[in-house]
Amino acid sequence: MKNFRVAVHIVPRRGILDPQGTAVAHALHTLGFEGVADVKVGRHIVIDVAADNRDSASRSAREMCQRLLANPVTEDFEIATVEQA
Amino acid sequence: MRFGIVTFPGSNCDYDAFHAVQDVLGEEAFYLWHRDHDLQNADVVVLPGGFSYGDYLRAGAIARFSPIMREVIAHARRGAPVLAVCNGFQIACEAGLLPGALLRNASLSFVCESVRLRVETSDTRFTSEYEQGQILRVPIAHGEGRYTADAETLDRLEGEGRVVFRYVGTDGEPAPAANPNGSMRDIAGIVNETGNVLGMMPHPERAVDPLLGSRDGLPLFESLLARVSA
Repeated sequence: MKNFRVAVHIVPRRGILDPQGTAVAHALHTLGFEGVADVKVGRHIVIDVAADNRDSASRSAREMCQRLLANPVTEDFEIATVEQA
Repeated sequence: MRFGIVTFPGSNCDYDAFHAVQDVLGEEAFYLWHRDHDLQNADVVVLPGGFSYGDYLRAGAIARFSPIMREVIAHARRGAPVLAVCNGFQIACEAGLLPGALLRNASLSFVCESVRLRVETSDTRFTSEYEQGQILRVPIAHGEGRYTADAETLDRLEGEGRVVFRYVGTDGEPAPAANPNGSMRDIAGIVNETGNVLGMMPHPERAVDPLLGSRDGLPLFESLLARVSA
């Protein structure tokens, strides 16, 4: 077993109202970032996990997202990085 | 009738539910600790409001894995009644007992006020003591009550008469200004497919005494009594 550090991104699904993202987008416009078209505010979760290899660490993180970390009704997730620690 | 009220770490409406059942309804109420595995022969399980596990991750996401939820889910699968209020509704959705999810209020503000609800159906075991179309005054107190589901699920809920309560205005009709959290189709409460699990954001247990402004929540408990004992 090796130690891996897995980072996952979880964001509100497209098409679902994200009032937090909208509020942040307005604030960015106020600051002069006029090119900002849309903002989604989600979560970034970092998990230290022991696994046989990168694939297995990534698979395990995917299952964590499906079962707990992301809500399948309203959120999408992606495994952002898997690094050997 | 025996009402088992689940106390999670962070529940704060368990005592209100206890008071409504024991002191006002006159039935037996007792607390069920979230780490236990025994519903103590409860006829009705109440998942109360509050902030279980500090709403960490998502409201209800962690509470659904509390040990007692295994028994609560089995109780629901047997067709026995579960009343899931506010945080309880969030937990029930996370646990898959009810479809959809409850997201951050569209206003991004915690809303604590009395709202008007319209009883959309009296044909459930939770609402038989109401008239269809009756308007209730019941308090809400939540930051994450925006009911959200895909269009297919919403159509199905409406088609099967499973939307139990809607937020309405003074004229008894839904309106954007009368919807306190941006819930899709103004939904305040729904039942599951078999009609034995009710999830609602408003607090019927806080509307059982005229002293506190409304007793419109009491018939909900009386409905359970009428239907389950029958």
